[in-house]
Amino acid sequence: MLTEKGLWTRLRTRLIFTGPTLFAFATVMIIPFLYGIYLTFTNWDGIAIDQNFVGWDNYIGVFKDTVFWKSFGMTLEYVFITVVLTNAVAFLLAYAVTRGMKAQGWFRAGFFLPNLVGGIVLGFIWQFIFNQVLVFAGQKMNLTLFSTSWLADPDKAFWALIVVTVWQYAGYMMVIYIAGLMNVPKDVMEAASIDGASNRKMLARIVLPLMVPSFIVCIFLSLQRGFMVYDLNVSLTSGGPFKSTEMVSMHVYEQAFLARDYGLGQAEAFVLFILVAAITLLQVYFSKKLEVEA
Amino acid sequence: MMAGQSRILNWIKFSALIVVMILFVFPFVLLIVNSFKANQAITSDPLGLPNSVQFDNYVNAFDKMGYVSAFSNSLLITIAGVLLIALFAAMTAHYFVRHNSKVNQYLFFLMVAAMIIPFQAIMIPLVKIYGSLSLLDNKWSLIYMYIGFGSPLAVFIYHGFIKSIPLELEEAALMDGCGRVQTFFRIVLPVLLPTTVTISVLNVLWIWNDFLLPSLVLTSSEQRTLPLSTFYFYGTYTVDYGPLMAGLVLTLLPVLIVYLFAQKYIIQGVMQGAIK
Repeated sequence: MLTEKGLWTRLRTRLIFTGPTLFAFATVMIIPFLYGIYLTFTNWDGIAIDQNFVGWDNYIGVFKDTVFWKSFGMTLEYVFITVVLTNAVAFLLAYAVTRGMKAQGWFRAGFFLPNLVGGIVLGFIWQFIFNQVLVFAGQKMNLTLFSTSWLADPDKAFWALIVVTVWQYAGYMMVIYIAGLMNVPKDVMEAASIDGASNRKMLARIVLPLMVPSFIVCIFLSLQRGFMVYDLNVSLTSGGPFKSTEMVSMHVYEQAFLARDYGLGQAEAFVLFILVAAITLLQVYFSKKLEVEA
Repeated sequence: MMAGQSRILNWIKFSALIVVMILFVFPFVLLIVNSFKANQAITSDPLGLPNSVQFDNYVNAFDKMGYVSAFSNSLLITIAGVLLIALFAAMTAHYFVRHNSKVNQYLFFLMVAAMIIPFQAIMIPLVKIYGSLSLLDNKWSLIYMYIGFGSPLAVFIYHGFIKSIPLELEEAALMDGCGRVQTFFRIVLPVLLPTTVTISVLNVLWIWNDFLLPSLVLTSSEQRTLPLSTFYFYGTYTVDYGPLMAGLVLTLLPVLIVYLFAQKYIIQGVMQGAIK
């Protein structure tokens, strides 16, 4: 441990080293977070300088806001499907590109490509694909599935969001799974293969159990990103058709900044935070129990 | 026999992988191809190749998006944000590791715990507070906010790495009469370079592409970043596909060029960032 004499020198060193970070962290995250909790008990409209204290009214409002709960239910469904599909696709891709095949690096680079681009741009690209390219191809080849735009139909628009999400994040999670696969000890695999274990058996008995930490990270990341989806939602479907694909994050935004009900919007954001934090912490807690040592 | 069979099997696997790869890259190819076509050609045959290569769409989009201004705003915000986060977080993490007191442990835990708070839970009070201080619509406020939001993860990753650096190096430097700050810059910071690359990759991908935070902070059109100008350009121009496609390509282009050269570091950065 490095220790120094003199209170003043110690304080100065502390300020130089931790001052900027802690000040920014406190003023950008902690104070707004706490102030946000206070805001949930007020009826600020975004314009007035003052706001009135309204007690638990906003929280009662959250429970009465059926659109919020419908949005939340749909977001849950969206998160469940995208987490399962993204991680399944990502793991398969990672497994395929770590088997010593030719041009592995190129494949990895290609699958990762969508992650370089923000949700806004990706959403617009896919809007063009769903509205123009697929409709054109569907009509040419008489595929009724594509002959009308997916984005014009509530159910299909929901699935369009899922397709793009999986396409976007699979490459990112693949990279994390690759790191996990490369950490599976070679000697264990060799010993198993000498003992006559088949590829499939080794995958189920050795690789998958050792990959639990990677699964925890990837599922955590995809859960969080799924619940908080906003950019893609805005650019691909803008919540439509007829508000049928408005995810919960977009709903909170509209409640606060467009309907100008900041108290209710913040209360919904806070309820959302509690629910998401509970779900992700439970996920990490329970999956930690599956971890094994090599 | 066996070898022949497995070779065929390998070929099947390889071709399957190529098909998946085409699915992943095809949207970008379609976008680029269509960006050279006129609106009529795009809507009548979105899969067709352009008759002649013409740059009208690009000239049009470049102008209407305010590309130069949006690009320079994005570049300034990303570079300043990434460098400042790395510098401040490295110093803080170093201090936390080398002065492992109760207070510092508690502060470190607070930062790590705060990572679970989603941006949406903070955005409304954030806009209210900074709005009432008249600090909105300013690039430097945005950069400052990125430091606040980005430092927990950066401190966390640096913290894990600094713990593995032997103390002797620093002690020797201090013994030779270097000050704290000098020791940090001369001895510690260079050793942290691989971690700095990891953190910077994650932060570049985040800040360059971020939409929601800048859309709340930067309100006037001359302050817009690339994702913002793309969004507003798309919103006001929905009928004419040609310039839209060109605009999207223009937004993608800088990232693609960087990816071409730094692909290895980017993928490694994501790998390292997740392991810790």
